[in-house]
Amino acid sequence: MRRGNKVWSWFIMIIGILYFFLPLVATFIFSLKAKLGVLSFKAYSNIFADPAFVSNFSYSVLWAVLTIVVGILLFVPTAFLIRLKVPQFRAAVEFITLLPFVVPAIVFVFGLVRTFSQPPLLIVNSPALLVAGYTVLSMPYMYRAVDTGLRSIDVRTLTEAGQSLGAGWGSILFDIILPNIRVAILSGAFLSFAIVIGELVLAQYLAKPAFAPYMALSIQNRAYEPAAMAIVSFALTWAAMGIISLVGRGGGQAQVGGGH
Amino acid sequence: MTAFDEKRDAPKARPARHKMSWAWLGVMPFFIFAFLFLIYPSSTIGVRSFIDSKTHAFTFKNILALFSNQYILRAYWISIQISLITSLGGGIFGFLLAYSAIRGGLPKFMRSSLMTFCGVASNFAGVPLAFAFIALLSPTGMLIGWLRALGYNPYFHGFTLYTFFGLSIVYMYFQFPLMVLIIAPAIDGLRREWLEASENLGASSFQYWRFVAFPILLPSIMGTMILLFGNSFGAYATAQALTGGQINLVTIVIGSQLSGDVLGDAGLGYALALGMVVVMAVAIAGYTLLQRRTERWLR
Repeated sequence: MRRGNKVWSWFIMIIGILYFFLPLVATFIFSLKAKLGVLSFKAYSNIFADPAFVSNFSYSVLWAVLTIVVGILLFVPTAFLIRLKVPQFRAAVEFITLLPFVVPAIVFVFGLVRTFSQPPLLIVNSPALLVAGYTVLSMPYMYRAVDTGLRSIDVRTLTEAGQSLGAGWGSILFDIILPNIRVAILSGAFLSFAIVIGELVLAQYLAKPAFAPYMALSIQNRAYEPAAMAIVSFALTWAAMGIISLVGRGGGQAQVGGGH
Repeated sequence: MTAFDEKRDAPKARPARHKMSWAWLGVMPFFIFAFLFLIYPSSTIGVRSFIDSKTHAFTFKNILALFSNQYILRAYWISIQISLITSLGGGIFGFLLAYSAIRGGLPKFMRSSLMTFCGVASNFAGVPLAFAFIALLSPTGMLIGWLRALGYNPYFHGFTLYTFFGLSIVYMYFQFPLMVLIIAPAIDGLRREWLEASENLGASSFQYWRFVAFPILLPSIMGTMILLFGNSFGAYATAQALTGGQINLVTIVIGSQLSGDVLGDAGLGYALALGMVVVMAVAIAGYTLLQRRTERWLR
């Protein structure tokens, strides 16, 4: 490599680093200014002492966990059977798992609200609809993570070994296959977690308590607390991604962003 | 991978033929779920775009109105502009960044940290992202404060965070990381032999790029930029949180149509959403096609 190239590379890199970190640094510094004249963690103690924050945030965590559970129950058996038994459905399933990219979240929630707010499908107020919606939003990531995991193990041999030892389908799936793809499932789960925690549109239009709508509201009437929330949210995203690259083989998976 | 290999299986281990029906049933929960919560609700929008909201008769009126309603045309135009700018800008900058980290002679750890950062940043969007830029670039923001201390206030020179230009800067935050993540494998696929071969044949650095690297990377770059276009076109939460719904993107108009029929015509609202899905579908299809073209070289 020539010297000029290297200088140029450093230059680009430094601009990238500034672009990445400046907004975060600004937010962090701002979040420390809640007490006049001194830097303090007052904004953080404020938000964690605020029952509305704690309850909205806990709801988001609950939605995320439910989404992950529903996702695992729905996608692991499907991906397993597609791989082993009914490959003729592969194209259809892959097409469906890409659909959430084609239908933007706002259009998706538009459809959900209009479909489920009239009889016979009057479940627009049920939390189940929110979890179903989140499962759809996380589907491209979760399904693909599971499918990638299955590709890396010898599904057929494991299944046949289980069968010759007398295992039923349930125990093949949950005692043999699931533990063998736990790394892939974990990375899908943490990505889903990050998406659900930061998601605004579904929670807002289905009128359910969640972190992002609460934060959007407090941007309008508070100064320092939203900064602290943004930092908490960023730390969570970071933790989720960090765990994914720790358990996985290091961020090779292309991710098409979540709730923009 | 077709059906079971008859010869190698132990007879007892092989499920009997009639169990195929069971396997077929096993994927049904997925299809039922997808139909109920994704395909049916989304296709409702398509169907209702062609229904007159008052007479409930079939009509093209709503679709045609998209092209004559000034408010809607302007919303599409702003969405398209912001998506073009941020996909081009994010695409070019993301490519340069990925290339610098992978082939720029930087220390090895830069590459893996860049990938992790990009994984985080491409998922760090919506409300927290909007606030991060408020803290940096609002009239009381950190960077604006620094510039003011130097005697230059961008807000006196036409800059605002809350309109088109400001929103573009914010969108770039999730656009260029996505470019880095997707383009990195393509850059990895550029073999060193190709550079060496062209140097041995006396090619200049410019000629290497013009005749070797660029033509190979072009489908991939184009495809990813199209994906970035869709990524920005469908974005809602960031713009909503940043501007409080003051900027008329298509997604924002759909949002306000959903909460209070601002267009005064339900059918028109569906048509608006349908138009959005069409743009997204074209973008994703373009990405998929171009990505497939790239794979020819990169294996």
